[in-house]
Amino acid sequence: MMKGPELDKMWITMGPQHPFSHGLWTLRVQVDGEIVVDAEPEIGYLHRGWEKECENRIYPKIIPMADRLCYSASMTWSHLYCKVVEEALDVELPDRARYLRVVADEICRIQSHLMWLAAVGTDLGNLTVFLWCLREREFFLDLNVRLCGQRLTTNYPRIGGVRNDMPYYFERDCMRAVERFEKALWEIIAITDESSLFVNRMKGTGILTREQVANLGITGPAMRGTGVDFDIRRDDPYAAYGEIDFEVPVLKDGDSYSRFRVRIEEMFQSCEIIRQAMAKLETIPKTHPYRIKVPRAVPEGTHVTRIEDPRGEGLMYLVSDGTDKPYRLKVRSPVFVNVSAAKPLVMGARVADIPAVMAMIDMCLGETDR
Amino acid sequence: MSSDAKIEAPSYNDVKALVATKFPKTVSLRENTKKNSRADNEKRRIYFKADRKVLLELCTYLRDKLNFEHASSVTAVDWVDHMEVVYHLSNYFNGMLLEISVDVPLDDLTVDSVANVWGGANWHEREAYELFGIVFKGHPKLERLLTPKYYEFYPFRKSYKLRGQE
Amino acid sequence: MGYSGLLEWVKFNNPMDNAYYPYDVYNLPYDAGAKLWELLGGLLGWLINLLVPGNRLSTWLISDAVVNAFAIIFLAVILFAVGFVVNLTMIWEERKVLGRMMDRRGTKIGPLGYFQCLGDGLKTFMKENVAPADKDKKIYWWALSLVIGSSVLIACMVPLSHRWFVVDYSTGLLLIFGIFALAPFFILCAGWAQNNKYSLLGGIRAATLMISYEIPMLILLASVVLMAGSFNINDIVNAQFDTMWYIVPQFIGFIVFVVCAIAESERVPFDLAEAEAELVEGWQTEYAGMKWGLIMLGDYFRGYTACALIVILYLGGWMLPGIGATAVPELVFLLKIFAVFFIFIWARASLPRVRIDQILNIGWKRLMPLSVVNLCIVLLLKMGGVF
Repeated sequence: MMKGPELDKMWITMGPQHPFSHGLWTLRVQVDGEIVVDAEPEIGYLHRGWEKECENRIYPKIIPMADRLCYSASMTWSHLYCKVVEEALDVELPDRARYLRVVADEICRIQSHLMWLAAVGTDLGNLTVFLWCLREREFFLDLNVRLCGQRLTTNYPRIGGVRNDMPYYFERDCMRAVERFEKALWEIIAITDESSLFVNRMKGTGILTREQVANLGITGPAMRGTGVDFDIRRDDPYAAYGEIDFEVPVLKDGDSYSRFRVRIEEMFQSCEIIRQAMAKLETIPKTHPYRIKVPRAVPEGTHVTRIEDPRGEGLMYLVSDGTDKPYRLKVRSPVFVNVSAAKPLVMGARVADIPAVMAMIDMCLGETDR
Repeated sequence: MSSDAKIEAPSYNDVKALVATKFPKTVSLRENTKKNSRADNEKRRIYFKADRKVLLELCTYLRDKLNFEHASSVTAVDWVDHMEVVYHLSNYFNGMLLEISVDVPLDDLTVDSVANVWGGANWHEREAYELFGIVFKGHPKLERLLTPKYYEFYPFRKSYKLRGQE
Repeated sequence: MGYSGLLEWVKFNNPMDNAYYPYDVYNLPYDAGAKLWELLGGLLGWLINLLVPGNRLSTWLISDAVVNAFAIIFLAVILFAVGFVVNLTMIWEERKVLGRMMDRRGTKIGPLGYFQCLGDGLKTFMKENVAPADKDKKIYWWALSLVIGSSVLIACMVPLSHRWFVVDYSTGLLLIFGIFALAPFFILCAGWAQNNKYSLLGGIRAATLMISYEIPMLILLASVVLMAGSFNINDIVNAQFDTMWYIVPQFIGFIVFVVCAIAESERVPFDLAEAEAELVEGWQTEYAGMKWGLIMLGDYFRGYTACALIVILYLGGWMLPGIGATAVPELVFLLKIFAVFFIFIWARASLPRVRIDQILNIGWKRLMPLSVVNLCIVLLLKMGGVF
């Protein structure tokens, strides 16, 4: 059992089968009573050698694999993969495809954030938030079904465009879902953000400074909650984001609560982006192509591109050798880096804070371990 | 522009000129070749090839003077006759993504660790170590991360064949 | 005794005339038990007497001592059975109300989903009896039995009306409170004995919680007792009927008591001892199968007791204002309990779990002064001659 002189402190292994670790990972924490004095995250339970697997597949066959990187952000991951191959091929996308990708990405972002909010509810001990969020999420999963026939692993983007155009009445369904959601989100805010018990659980926990966040490489809403004003959609635009007017919510407090607020605001902004993109799509004639033909083989070279995943900065680095299979494909997962900062996040917190703090990272182990 | 003040949002040409004057022999620039796709984005990409002796110095310079606060990723590529370590750095103020590639010969698979420059590079270097066998000198905890601790091989090297590939 | 009619054997005496009658006032379950035995035993005695006239067994069967013994056993069984059914109803109520609040339908098995609890009980009963190998065996089992046992005991000791009770001592309320406060100590022991870090933390949290919430609760009890002038539950209820429900003059006390009662019965938002997000299942982690099922049942017994105490202390017990005790005061009392339990469920549906330091802050910095304020109000009212 316990050895050595530090009998007043003990190591607790939280995970891999623990209610707080949403997925298979372990956070070993050393506690002094209820206070965390040391922490050590351990991952690797899901390591499949994703990048190595890709080296043996032709380019289009990797799209469904990219979907499986994260169950709730499959759209952005396959988008990122298609984007890096398009840059390697040096092709220009048709307008319709670019806007469709924006719509699909934002639907994905909203449902991913809702999944996160649901997890925050259970981590803080309230099941109502969980069920209400999943109820709202269903409407966006239904939109996924309408758009590409699948709820989670969407397999929608293609190299050179998207798989199919919008089905009939998709814009009507999409706008209905968005308008309904904007009202329903206030309901969820009323039970979380306006409840002082909820806010007290999040305020003042997991505090990081701006310098720490930049140095530790934390990205996404966790970074924007610490005062770093950076969003790849705005600052390094891709697809049609450069033509869409939206705000990037940034808060300066750097605690769990500001990360929570940033994500809530992002959901509203995503609704706004969908609205603008839909309005723009209506002006593009239906006869406009949504996909272009691309060659099977990719010319030799190295290519890097990045995208704003719901969880942070997703980056892919492609080395192509002129064949129809990638020579090397590197995936930079935002959660992989964010979870490596677990120690500074939970140091000094109480045991009860660990789920609340780590929930703001929005764990997704498929992309972390790859 | 004085040379020791921190430049918050350096432009493409600033970075090019400053790095060229500071590291005239050891760092070379690779020009962008993209024509069609996202010409805007290509203005925010810089590709450097550096000698591994100056890597740590270059990284510290980039972080402290040119404000590349964020290390997006560190990865390795197995070119069979040599290895290559690739660093992606980004600047939060102008959205610039900078790439440094460093060649590592097979008979001496070591390179300086940048984990003390950017904490975010820590796990990336561990990953590159366990998958490619590149030793990062000065890394605080260079252990296997994703693969089991008892592995004695480096699965992402080209010499490591998958089943049915031999 | 010679040959005689059946009615001479089955006489249905007034139970209070029984030489061994344990109470001063009428007790309905005891009466029912005594009547039942007089029917059964009298019938049996009459039959035996028909066969063997004048035997001593027949007269012994309808003697005061046998009637009393049967009535006491019957009383014990019926009190537990009613408590058990009320408990199942509360679990059912919680599931249904919680389901509706979460925008789902709750249980669906049986009439209105009532039989789900039975199914769950059966399921936990079928589970394998797993226990850690290097536990502290004696404490592991004894602490568990005492947690469950004390919870069931207080639930059975709560009177349902002036004629439905186990004890009618003048200190009945104190006894209930005393046993109510025992469980966290056993939980601490159980958490220690399991040889598991999560359960240890859970046990320590339970003890912390007890210390900070027991004291305001007892101060509030003191103010109610001061107002009613008695520790006897019956007297407190009657005093509320004579004046008004104590929720009106002691509204602050009512609110504080509800918070404390939720904490005492370890329900969300104060279920720190079994916080499943960080402590897996807290002090219950290593209790598998039916042990866990019984702990769950014990939790609801405690919740039931907490609701019953609120109803007794603040909501007029089984009396209705202006009407007094109706034909079935037990039903009135239970309905009030279900109404109070609705508040508990509401809190569970809308609040997150509170952190341990925040709980202690709420307990010592808010509830404690508020309960003293409540006591002062009662003193003022008492001195002013209002009560």
